[in-house]
Amino acid sequence: MEWEVVIGLETHTQLQTKTKIFSGASTAFGSEPNTQACVVSLALPGVLPVLNREAVKCAIKFGLAVNAEIAPRSVFARKNYFYPDLPKGYQISQYELPVVGKGSMTIQVGAGDKAYEKVINITRAHLEEDAGKSVHGAQEGMSGIDLNRAGTPLLEIVTEPDMRSAAEAVAYAKKLHDLVQWIGICDGNMQEGSFRCDVNVSVRPKGTEKLGTRREIKNLNSFKFMQQAIEYETNWQIETLEDGGTIQQATVLFNPDTGETRAMRSKEEANDYRYFPDPDLLPLAISEADISTVKAEMPELPEAMKARFEAEYGLAHYDANALTSSRATADYFVATVNAGSDAKLAANWVMGSVSAKLNAEDKEISASPITPSDLASLIKRIQDGTISNNAAKQVFEAMWAGEGNADSIIESKGLKQVSDSGAIEAIVDEVIAANDTMVEEFKAGKEKAFNALVGQAMKASKGKANPAQVNEILKKKLGA
Amino acid sequence: MINKSLKQLGAMLQGKEISSVELTQEFLNRIDRLNPEINAFITLDKDKTLAQAKHADSLLAAGKGTALTGLPIGQKDIFVAKGWRTTCGSKMLETFIGPYDADIIERFDGVGAVNLGKTNMDEFAMGSSNETSYFGKVQNPWDRSRVPGGSSGGSAAAVAARLCAAATGTDTGGSIRQPASLCGLSGLKPTYGLASRFGMIAFASSLDQSGPMAKSCEDMALMMNVITGFDKRDSTSLNREKEDYTRDLSKPLAGLKVGLPKEYFAEGLGADVAKVVNEAIAEYKKLGAEIVEISLPNTQLSIPVYYVLAPAEASSNLSRFDGVRYGHRAKEYGDLMDMYCKSRAEGFGAEVKRRILIGTYVLSAGYYDAYYLKAQQIRRLIAQDFENAFKQCDIIMGPTAPSTAFKAGEKADDPVAMYLQDIYTIAVNLAGLPGMSIPAGFAPSEDGKRLPVGLQIIGNYFDEARMLNAGHAYQQVTDWHTQMPEGIE
Repeated sequence: MEWEVVIGLETHTQLQTKTKIFSGASTAFGSEPNTQACVVSLALPGVLPVLNREAVKCAIKFGLAVNAEIAPRSVFARKNYFYPDLPKGYQISQYELPVVGKGSMTIQVGAGDKAYEKVINITRAHLEEDAGKSVHGAQEGMSGIDLNRAGTPLLEIVTEPDMRSAAEAVAYAKKLHDLVQWIGICDGNMQEGSFRCDVNVSVRPKGTEKLGTRREIKNLNSFKFMQQAIEYETNWQIETLEDGGTIQQATVLFNPDTGETRAMRSKEEANDYRYFPDPDLLPLAISEADISTVKAEMPELPEAMKARFEAEYGLAHYDANALTSSRATADYFVATVNAGSDAKLAANWVMGSVSAKLNAEDKEISASPITPSDLASLIKRIQDGTISNNAAKQVFEAMWAGEGNADSIIESKGLKQVSDSGAIEAIVDEVIAANDTMVEEFKAGKEKAFNALVGQAMKASKGKANPAQVNEILKKKLGA
Repeated sequence: MINKSLKQLGAMLQGKEISSVELTQEFLNRIDRLNPEINAFITLDKDKTLAQAKHADSLLAAGKGTALTGLPIGQKDIFVAKGWRTTCGSKMLETFIGPYDADIIERFDGVGAVNLGKTNMDEFAMGSSNETSYFGKVQNPWDRSRVPGGSSGGSAAAVAARLCAAATGTDTGGSIRQPASLCGLSGLKPTYGLASRFGMIAFASSLDQSGPMAKSCEDMALMMNVITGFDKRDSTSLNREKEDYTRDLSKPLAGLKVGLPKEYFAEGLGADVAKVVNEAIAEYKKLGAEIVEISLPNTQLSIPVYYVLAPAEASSNLSRFDGVRYGHRAKEYGDLMDMYCKSRAEGFGAEVKRRILIGTYVLSAGYYDAYYLKAQQIRRLIAQDFENAFKQCDIIMGPTAPSTAFKAGEKADDPVAMYLQDIYTIAVNLAGLPGMSIPAGFAPSEDGKRLPVGLQIIGNYFDEARMLNAGHAYQQVTDWHTQMPEGIE
């Protein structure tokens, strides 16, 4: 039987507000335990939550970015359960009426000929507070509680079960990861837990409608693990069903060391969270004016920017897409063009050499040793014929290594292109004289021999001859 | 002097006839003498109290005194106060020292009032007799064998026994008004949102409201001026202009339309209470009020609705008492779950557990719609009853409680009988309206004691000034509110 995997994601994004969602305590990461736990974070008797409107702004931004309905009235609810890192014994979240309703995102999956686009539907996104952390092993035989993170604002973004492969799920997660950083609501730091995914996976015989029983893989904090976890889980479910077993609804954890998923608790033991509207908070009202204010502060969104790159710079769809994959990349590209570079050349360099180097050194584009204006000055030297493309690659390497700016490197390495026709003619004459056989072959109709002769001339000029001129002069001399 | 009003004592302080330290010491001496039996105060800190009195004296000396400067006030132990043990009447918080000040504490401190001590209360404000307190029952000063009402029983007994000139209370379903009625005091629950809930340990968040308990309406008006006002730390606090609640005290009542809900005078109301209440209403007629009969048809539903909603909120509000960060933790336990179970089993009393169980049940999957949601719908109907009633009248009057103070232990094993104590007060909380109880006379007990009877006055939203006006006018022509119990000299 052929199987189909069905995947939906729930992503917790930590919002970049200075203070917590229901108190004035700082949200900074990495402080000494419990130094950012105010009376509200500690849930002392008598304290009350007060909503941080900055968190609401973030939610509106996200809603606008995925073309979603933004609820004029949403409700905070209490999700009740006992856990030591949950100081109130309930989490303030949104249940029946979330702040962001249905929306969608278009993802690109795969590369090259097999690349395709797909629309992923967003079910909802809601505001909630994060819990604290249990710290095990700091003290012999005891568990510690750190409430610094308790009350940090989260936006939980839930999709429809629209994804059909690990690749689609990862593509969605990456796109979402880019988007939340693009609109400035989340720092995207996965190691610090700012962006955490829960993945619901089920399988069904291909061609059937009814969804299979799902298992939820909790707290994936890297795309690599997500890919591995989904693949393992999918295979496990298929094998289980093919062996005549059934899938029990469950929460599972992925173990990166073994590459396996393992059930944490089954749904029968699951909590009844006893959700009810939090009487300490009024319903959250968002007016048209609130939305307009946020809209005015929104950066140009990737989709709009992509269309603009295609129209304004004549870039190919694929290139425009790649350049708008993250705001930092797009900003880098735009800055390069603004510094005087040809747009198509800038696109090629950013997606080519720059991105290859960054990947190889595992660097963010913001940390690139070559700034957009450096890159533009290099591209300008290609545009004005000072250096060849090949020489430009050498200059780029040297610039990356910090050896100086484009002009000084061209100078010191003597990479300036020879465009003096007299000098090129001399070289071409030498090449013709030294390569009788090739000349004969060319005259006998072998086009390849011409290219070989050009290569020889370029070699003789140590790559500095202007290739266009070499072509022209060689053609003339051979009477072609 | 002990029977003087806040107003009178304030004038003596301003006129330097007495110092705050002397006045405070006088009340502390009375507490030393009478409190061991009455048990109205559960936490005293004389050093802190006298230091505040000293500070008040310096304010007065500098001419910076205001109406309540230097006046000793009893604070219900539901309010967190910095450096003060704050127990909420529970073993759970037996050793909890407040690390911050509740809004109401800040406000009294801000005007130079003196915190005389923390008053006894039903555990987590759950009770109508003060018998659920972990720190023991409170005696009703009018008959020591009887309860003072609850949950603000300590505050009520303290004022009735003249252990302080006034006290604070909180009212979730009648917890200010019913003890005021049973102890012969004036007590007011303001419109929901007028007084901040910050630092008031939550019982049922959508119903809880703090308010004054004093001897007269005039004193309550002075306290209302301090207690009310916007607080950005409470999202349900209303941001409206400050009012002077004394402004209408002396307005004539001629033409005031008083509505009498027929449901409040039906079966269930003690004949002795009915008689006193009717006499009070006759007095209002003499003052020029016009009496109209009104109907609040959903009155009978208020108790079942309340006993769904209040426990639901309480079950969640009390989850923070888990033994992890503060409060009682069992000495011996196995795993985490065992620690939770034992700590909560040991820390909470029977009535609190009962309400947590009810609340957890009504919020559970499969029961939520039938109980919680249905109760919310009826809550809206109850509010509508009042909305309709206020189209026919300016103010509503009736009994505060169906009976006078009952004997300690009489209803302790019958929760439903206890819950019925609040039949006339609960709807006011459900609707978020202001409600008040003032002394209207006495009914004799079978053993010949005089037991106070309260008249309840319910106003429309934000109509506290009019209610205080109505109460004050009555207190100008009667002296029930100045009468003192025997044996407290």
